[in-house]
Amino acid sequence: MQVQMKVNGKAVTVDAAPNTLLVQALREHLHLTGTHVGCDTAQCGACTVHVNGRAVKSCNMLTAQAQGAEVTTIEGLAQADGTMHPMQAAFKECHGLQCGFCTTGMVMSAVDLCNRHPQANEGEIRELLEGNLCRCTGYQNIVKAVQLGAVGMNA
Amino acid sequence: MGASDFSKLPHIGESLRRKEDYRFLTGAGNYTDDIDLAHMTHAVFVRSPHAHANIKSINKAAALAAPGVIAVLDGPDVVDAKINGLPCGWLITDTSGQPMKEPPHPILAHGKVRYVGDHVAMVVAETLEQAKNAAELVEVDYDVLSAVVDVRDAKGGAALHTEAPDNHCYNWAIGDKAAVDAAFAGAAHVTQLDLINNRLVPNPMEPRAVIGSYNRASDEYTLYVSNQNPHVERLLLTAFVMGLPEHKVRVIAPDVGGGFGAKIYLYAEDVCLTWASKKLNRNIKWNCDRSEAFLSDAHGRDHSSHAELAIDKDGKFLALKVHTDANLGAYLSTFSTAVPTILYATLLAGQYSTPQVYVEVDAWFTNTSPVDAYRGAGRPEATYLIERIVSRAAFELGLSQDEIRRRNFITQFPYQTPVALQYDTGDFHACLNHANELGDVAGFGARKAASQAKGLLRGIGYSSYIEACGLAPSNVAGALGARAGLFECGEVRVHPTGSVTVFTGSHSHGQGHETTFAQVVAARLGIPVENVDIVHGDTGRVPFGMGTYGSRSISVGGSAIMRALDKIEAKAKKIAAHLMEASDTDIDFANGEFSVKGTDKKIPFGQVALTAYVPHNYPLATLEPGLNETAFYDPTNFTFPAGTYICEVEIDPQTGVTRVDKFTAVDDFGTIINPMIVEGQVHGGLVQGIGQALMEHCVYDRETGQLLTGSFMDYTMPRADDFPEFKIGHECTPCTTNPLGTKGCGEAGAIGSPPAVINAVLDALSAVGVKDFDMPASPNRVWSAIQAAQ
Repeated sequence: MQVQMKVNGKAVTVDAAPNTLLVQALREHLHLTGTHVGCDTAQCGACTVHVNGRAVKSCNMLTAQAQGAEVTTIEGLAQADGTMHPMQAAFKECHGLQCGFCTTGMVMSAVDLCNRHPQANEGEIRELLEGNLCRCTGYQNIVKAVQLGAVGMNA
Repeated sequence: MGASDFSKLPHIGESLRRKEDYRFLTGAGNYTDDIDLAHMTHAVFVRSPHAHANIKSINKAAALAAPGVIAVLDGPDVVDAKINGLPCGWLITDTSGQPMKEPPHPILAHGKVRYVGDHVAMVVAETLEQAKNAAELVEVDYDVLSAVVDVRDAKGGAALHTEAPDNHCYNWAIGDKAAVDAAFAGAAHVTQLDLINNRLVPNPMEPRAVIGSYNRASDEYTLYVSNQNPHVERLLLTAFVMGLPEHKVRVIAPDVGGGFGAKIYLYAEDVCLTWASKKLNRNIKWNCDRSEAFLSDAHGRDHSSHAELAIDKDGKFLALKVHTDANLGAYLSTFSTAVPTILYATLLAGQYSTPQVYVEVDAWFTNTSPVDAYRGAGRPEATYLIERIVSRAAFELGLSQDEIRRRNFITQFPYQTPVALQYDTGDFHACLNHANELGDVAGFGARKAASQAKGLLRGIGYSSYIEACGLAPSNVAGALGARAGLFECGEVRVHPTGSVTVFTGSHSHGQGHETTFAQVVAARLGIPVENVDIVHGDTGRVPFGMGTYGSRSISVGGSAIMRALDKIEAKAKKIAAHLMEASDTDIDFANGEFSVKGTDKKIPFGQVALTAYVPHNYPLATLEPGLNETAFYDPTNFTFPAGTYICEVEIDPQTGVTRVDKFTAVDDFGTIINPMIVEGQVHGGLVQGIGQALMEHCVYDRETGQLLTGSFMDYTMPRADDFPEFKIGHECTPCTTNPLGTKGCGEAGAIGSPPAVINAVLDALSAVGVKDFDMPASPNRVWSAIQAAQ
């Protein structure tokens, strides 16, 4: 089946079997491999992208459900000249990443988190990050990065 | 250059932001599953649904007839191909003098399966979906046998291997038993402790992944694999398993999404894909599902121990006696046998001047996934045992956890322990003092009263750990059974224009080597960090390497780079001496400039580099052109990071919910090159260690051997809201045995934290009569312990 959507601002048509997950369409059809798969139970959040502006676990959604949607992946977050989004810059500044595997989903979740809760405090950020697992950082610097990223996004 | 001079160089001790971050933050990382080779096929493994069964028959016909299927390979095919089983990298000699029992570890089961998830067949098809569908069609007829799961049931249980009729792999001991017994006879007090160190699943966020590729024209294999030590992987694969010449096999471990030990080992999947890539003459990818990872990654810990501590009337330790049963799982994984022996028992002196220690270990086979090194590898198990029994002794003697440690700390270095290790340096009192201050222990009483007013129980727990990193030296390890060297290799390639590429045998899978190692090189050569790139993870580019595990990278890999830099500096001085018409013994090198002693003559590093490659004015008769040096570094001793951790928990006795309210970690890692990266390593280690203490728990059904915690729905992974903000501090006694003064920081958090948490839990629960508790402190287990004590 053919699914039309806008991915990172570009209109695309994906020709995929009906059981194709959105993450498969992104990784295997569109070769946007920055979105990762870390589990098979929708628990880890490594595959988080934005669908119509909201963070979604793309392993938990069929491609067909994205018909007509605007999808943003990690590849679409920075500016065209490569300048990082304030949240990406904050993750670097605060050492909010180590191996990088959960990072792309974590950043996409963090951007959505700050869009919806621009004033979230440390405890709230920790709770709102519940959908994303990281095995490297111990979360402490991710929380700091989200706080700094929120400042950058509000500026 | 020595450690003292090194630590004063520019950039050393600066929290430079990481060079590698941009690619990870923009989705440009290149993990194995991101690599797409031409006409890629896909592999799926048929795994055993039984913990223990004989295979009566395998019928591949239906699977072979399914759409897109290229091959179905099983155990008999492996035998026909003359592929050996997976090797164990460490031979432990039994106390009887006989070698350990070392049964075959087939890459695809032959006649028998020994754990749920054991590899039975591999299906290769044009698409992943076709391979998955066909795998369902492989008919395996099993004759189910009874299973042994718990290490305490291994003796006398159904035998897994004919080579080990009682499931016993080895009995091993260290220390002077007679002296320990004599010390116990004269003890004023003996503290006893039985404990279980619970089994864990490492769970790096990137599951294992492999791509096998074969080039018929050159007869060369390329293996892309999510792995921590590509040269070791290649050595094991070629020399021990497949009998291939090493120069025909290139192993690339590209960006790797975390390892924690689980990606050290050569796994069956790696061999199967390499083999099949030639047999089928196709590129093949296997990407592990998380559910498969739970079943088939090497697990960690799983010890059951009894310990006794003899103490004199002044609270001084006289002797420690330990017996441990270690669960090795169904087969011997690559370094499994060294974990409960060399990496565990030798650490049981801890930070204490206990004159006598005796440790006996029995290792057993069970119908569970193989157990091997997981973040800390033996040292968390040792630390958990010592620090638990020391705090229990304090509770029994009415001493504070702080005081009993102070009375027994080692204060003179170097210190020879009674269990083989010699600590080079440390300051245990300084770490403890610093932790007390940072953790505001003085305010604990008030916080406890405040908790009590809310109906909550507050407890404080200490852990003063020491660990051993950078396993070495090779000849001593060899005498103890290691089947590999334990050195590291570094190549420093100075380019004609003065920029530098470093090729290191260490592998970075989150540790930030591309930044830290660049800081080392930039500091030594006096050039900008931007001018230094670090290459790792490719046997086709890096000369050799032993990889990253045991917190060895900076101390061993970094020291190899330092040695290569020594050679670079020595040669560059000769070139500079020629250019400035001086003797090379009169040349100084500092801040990127060569100068002649006692004169104002100087030339920059870049000019010497250019001269090395454009040798027009050059001593060609006595010196080769070029500026490219390789060094191998074999350490003379382990390094010994140490520290004190203090945990405060608050427990709701109505629900059993245990919350870590404060956690303070003070570590002595020797010289610190990048504090930001080091603290990040500590944070991550703490969460894995506190995770073990509070929630992580791998459970097999004790009768059937079915894995009950086989997904993130069942195995509790630590999340952001499970922790407070950690307080981190450092003390510094530089390591005396390497040129950097570094000790390693990757595992300390996971090593030191579990006993701090459980000691705090026991301190809190002492108010309601609970005297003993095994990890994890999940609400149900804590609540049950409270109920049982009432």
